[in-house]
Amino acid sequence: MGANAFGQPLTRKEDARFLTGRGRYTAEIVLPGQSHAVMLRSPHAHARILSIETRAAAQAPGVLAVLTGDDWSADRLGGIPPGESLIRLFGTPEGQGYSFRPPPRPPLARDKVRHVGDTVAMVVAETLAEARDAAELIEVEYEPLPAGTDTASAIGAPAVWDEASDNVCFRWSAGDGAAVEAAFSRAARIVRLNVVNNRIHVGALETRGALGEYDPASRRYTLHTGTQMPHGLKKELAEDLFGVAPDRLRVLVADVGGSFGIKNALYPEQALVLWAARRIGRPVGWIGERIDGFLSDYQARDNVSVGELALDGDGKILALRVRSLAAVGAYLAPEGQLSPTVNTPALAGVYRIPCIEVAVTGVFTNTAPTSVYRGAGRPEAVYVIERLIEQAARETGLDSLELRRRNLLHPSALPFRTGLGLVYDSGDFPAMLEHALARADHAGFAVRRAASAARGRLRGFGIAHYCERVAGAWGESGWVELSPDGRATVLTGTMSNGQGHETAFAQLVADRLGLDPADVDVVQGDTDRVPSGKGTGGSASLSIGGAALAEASDDLVRKALPLAAEALEAAPIDVAFAEGRFSIVGTDRSVGWRDLGRRLGPERLEGVGSWKPETPTFPNGCHIAEVEIDRETGHTSLVSYTMVHDFGRVLNPLLLEGQLQGGVAQGVGQAAMEHVVHDPVSGQVLSGSLMDYQLPRAADLPALTLETLATPAPSHPLGIKGCGEAGAAGGAPATINAILDALAAVGVAKLDMPATPERVWRAIAEGETALPRVRKDGELPPKVMPLEAAR
Amino acid sequence: MYDFTYQKPSSIADAVKLLAEPEAKALAGGQTFIPVLKQRLNKPSTLVDLAGLGLAGIKAEGDKITIGAMTTHGAIAASPEIKKAIPGLSMMAGWIGDTQVRHCGTMGGSLANNDPSACYPAAVLALNATIVTDKRRIGADEYFQGMFTTALATDELITSIEFALPVEKSAYEKFRNPASRYAMVGVFVAKSAAGVRVAVTGASQNGVFRHTEMEQALSGNWSPDAIAHIKTPPGGLNSDIHGSAEYRAHLITVMAKRAVAAAS
Ligand SMILES: Cc1cc2nc3c(=O)[nH]c(=O)nc-3n(C[C@H](O)[C@H](O)[C@H](O)COP(=O)(O)OP(=O)(O)OC[C@H]3O[C@@H](n4cnc5c(N)ncnc54)[C@H](O)[C@@H]3O)c2cc1C
Repeated sequence: MGANAFGQPLTRKEDARFLTGRGRYTAEIVLPGQSHAVMLRSPHAHARILSIETRAAAQAPGVLAVLTGDDWSADRLGGIPPGESLIRLFGTPEGQGYSFRPPPRPPLARDKVRHVGDTVAMVVAETLAEARDAAELIEVEYEPLPAGTDTASAIGAPAVWDEASDNVCFRWSAGDGAAVEAAFSRAARIVRLNVVNNRIHVGALETRGALGEYDPASRRYTLHTGTQMPHGLKKELAEDLFGVAPDRLRVLVADVGGSFGIKNALYPEQALVLWAARRIGRPVGWIGERIDGFLSDYQARDNVSVGELALDGDGKILALRVRSLAAVGAYLAPEGQLSPTVNTPALAGVYRIPCIEVAVTGVFTNTAPTSVYRGAGRPEAVYVIERLIEQAARETGLDSLELRRRNLLHPSALPFRTGLGLVYDSGDFPAMLEHALARADHAGFAVRRAASAARGRLRGFGIAHYCERVAGAWGESGWVELSPDGRATVLTGTMSNGQGHETAFAQLVADRLGLDPADVDVVQGDTDRVPSGKGTGGSASLSIGGAALAEASDDLVRKALPLAAEALEAAPIDVAFAEGRFSIVGTDRSVGWRDLGRRLGPERLEGVGSWKPETPTFPNGCHIAEVEIDRETGHTSLVSYTMVHDFGRVLNPLLLEGQLQGGVAQGVGQAAMEHVVHDPVSGQVLSGSLMDYQLPRAADLPALTLETLATPAPSHPLGIKGCGEAGAAGGAPATINAILDALAAVGVAKLDMPATPERVWRAIAEGETALPRVRKDGELPPKVMPLEAAR
Repeated sequence: MYDFTYQKPSSIADAVKLLAEPEAKALAGGQTFIPVLKQRLNKPSTLVDLAGLGLAGIKAEGDKITIGAMTTHGAIAASPEIKKAIPGLSMMAGWIGDTQVRHCGTMGGSLANNDPSACYPAAVLALNATIVTDKRRIGADEYFQGMFTTALATDELITSIEFALPVEKSAYEKFRNPASRYAMVGVFVAKSAAGVRVAVTGASQNGVFRHTEMEQALSGNWSPDAIAHIKTPPGGLNSDIHGSAEYRAHLITVMAKRAVAAAS
């Protein structure tokens, strides 16, 4: 292994721990004197808080504290910062921004609650049962207000904030509107499609949790919690909430049982346990139950868009225009503005689209705030363009493959500047499509479709082809230290949530240093030990964090060389490093890391590296889903799933496959199963448990066929592009395109996610009675925009 | 969970005595009741664990099969006697929940609970089984009285369930609630000494019911075609985020046809 570790399918170092129940999650950390907290949550989607009566609760057995928003403000503490900068992309007009950016959100609601599950009070007691008993004694008097939870009708719904009577949080746009307008006016055909990107509850296996400590002697807070970004959390808690210097706060992260973006940002409970710990002088722990998660985790996606393609007479795309309403929820989460804006460039897809315009209106609704979730806007964008391509094929009568082939970007056109300003630097999209078709046995599809039809089933073939922008936004540092026993210790500011970073980084550094990966220990999730970090997000832990560690490894070699020379009694200039050994050039005399470790004195030998990409990487892939639909019940089965992908150089194909499996499962889940549903009048959450919210199960997925068609990332020192979110980018559009392909046979032209059995059954019933009107050549669709407000 | 006292009696008489106390509740496999307790939706004074009463076991005699109230879904699904004599019942038990649920949950618990989307009520009603309690014998038609409501008194214990043999035909088809996997619509069809019976669970606001129109049609002609035209009025059917009343009405016919085909 050692120097050849890069590219090996190493099993995870973490597996033994996780698979034998020895993982250590926040709930498993128990501190001496620990007390237990529960949160009292709002039963109303929208209400004024008239009074909170806590006396009975405070006197209940075992109770240590009952705290409300008044207590928080009396202690003069801050609030959770709402999302900040709206990105300026190519064509974003100067000065564009927030219509209303809500004030920092105190962790306990004070005058008003704005969604079911909003945090109203906190009870801390000796035991969890006592805390729960006492919480039932709190009497909150509410004056219920009208509520709106629907995104499409948010503008004009009851105002979530008095300051934003139209419920608009921000208006933002990018691209070349004038060019798009011109292209549309000379188009031979305009294809228009309304799509809904359904609201998702992420549902990580490990619920959220937080355990706070306060040491009065050093006046330091320590938070144990699951997060992807320990250093950012520390800074926000210290500066924004508690008004102390960041070094007064330590964030410790043990194992994290899944996050997918949703444990990125600061949550009320993380501040509350620290505050309560300081007030009562004991550690305070809170572990969310499933219901806490369903009501108060940041949720995801939730937007409605109108996409329009202008085509010339040959089916070539002239322009793309997209208008969206994106729900930010009742508050603007710390990264709540990101997904609908930052990653819209993924709309450009893998096509030669000369100009693009996108306009997004962020709206408030009486729902849990939305935040980043696997792909953070890219899956939403890919969904729009990939649905539009299929719609265009349907409306022009061109075969969808033919339409795709006519519009795909050819490698000879790279580098290519997209209509939203990204410069694609690598990839072979036409080859990828052809490979994927071959692997998915497109040639045999007609026969399979006929066989399904003979069994009363509809069969469909669906493609989603995407190109993501990854790893262009931030930098990361890394440290590799040699220990006296010759092992290497890696410090990184990224944070594994189950992806396998302990393995990946050990493998990367082992490859660099010529060590056995078992001899490389990875330290993460401790803001005292790891000097700095941005964290894990955006498929960039390996491409950014890994690149920093590669450099740190090389730095360690550089710094070790004089030591090695000394050990070899040679001049440094005569010593060279290769495959884990420093040798005197031209001789067989050499020393390894173990020898150097033994020679280490009290001083540390540490390599430091950092990497801040100047240009992003562009992972891309083509996904093909094949489905079978039971005509009588509307039930869809995913029968096969094929992916050909380009992630540049691959460090560990096993870990990569795991990332894709999970991502595809989440995409398929969104396409056919998952949906946060609210009662339209009361705003109550109707999908608030796993008995009603359908997460995909292993049995819902076929074995995935994976193939790599890699072109190394030209801009990246290791050639890595990033793979963490790719599965989710392709999963939903490929699945829905396959379902729509199957349903086309029975006259169905329209279907929104999630394609639940009843929706599919209804679509079939309606399709059969009203076969869609085929547009005559040259006839333009009506000019009215259903989403006028998005302008 | 609220605090309660836990008792594990070793005789039916003791169990019934304990259950006569106000707010005492029986505990069988706990697959329904423990989640209810955890969510604080029930506040029993005493929990009377039925595990020590010797109520588990399957007995096959010539003209009947007797299943003890504490027999698990897993044991029922695995029983060769049941598979041979009443394949529909075996199939149904094997589709409940997941492995863990099937190895804890019991037939008595399911019938006492009478969840409107539970599976056993359909089997028991279609096969005209007899619910045997510590006090009496109750016929299936009398036993089910609407969702979560049965003929049982609060201190009455189901001890066993008797299925008369022979059963000529039996099959169950279930359209699963996509999230919970309970029956969104489950149809049990049977032909036995009690005649042709079609029992539907999951669909109605009143719990399990017999579909007499289908029963008549199948009595003359046991084939999917005989019932394909029969439409169930959606009035009175459940409607939720997974399925409207109209959809459930439609699924009743589809599931019934498939059950008939499976039992042919
Ligand atoms: C994830 C999951 C999926 C499930 N899926 C299905 C499904 O698909 N189909 C289905 O039918 N069920 C399903 N169930 C329910 C399961 O079958 C339960 O086991 C069953 O409903 C209750 O049986 P129990 O033995 O667990 O009873 P318990 O939960 O212990 O008791 C239920 C109730 O019955 C009473 N009781 C229990 N035994 C007796 C008795 N002998 N006499 C009088 N009263 C008694 C108790 O007091 C309690 O009120 C599912 C459950 C879970 C958790």
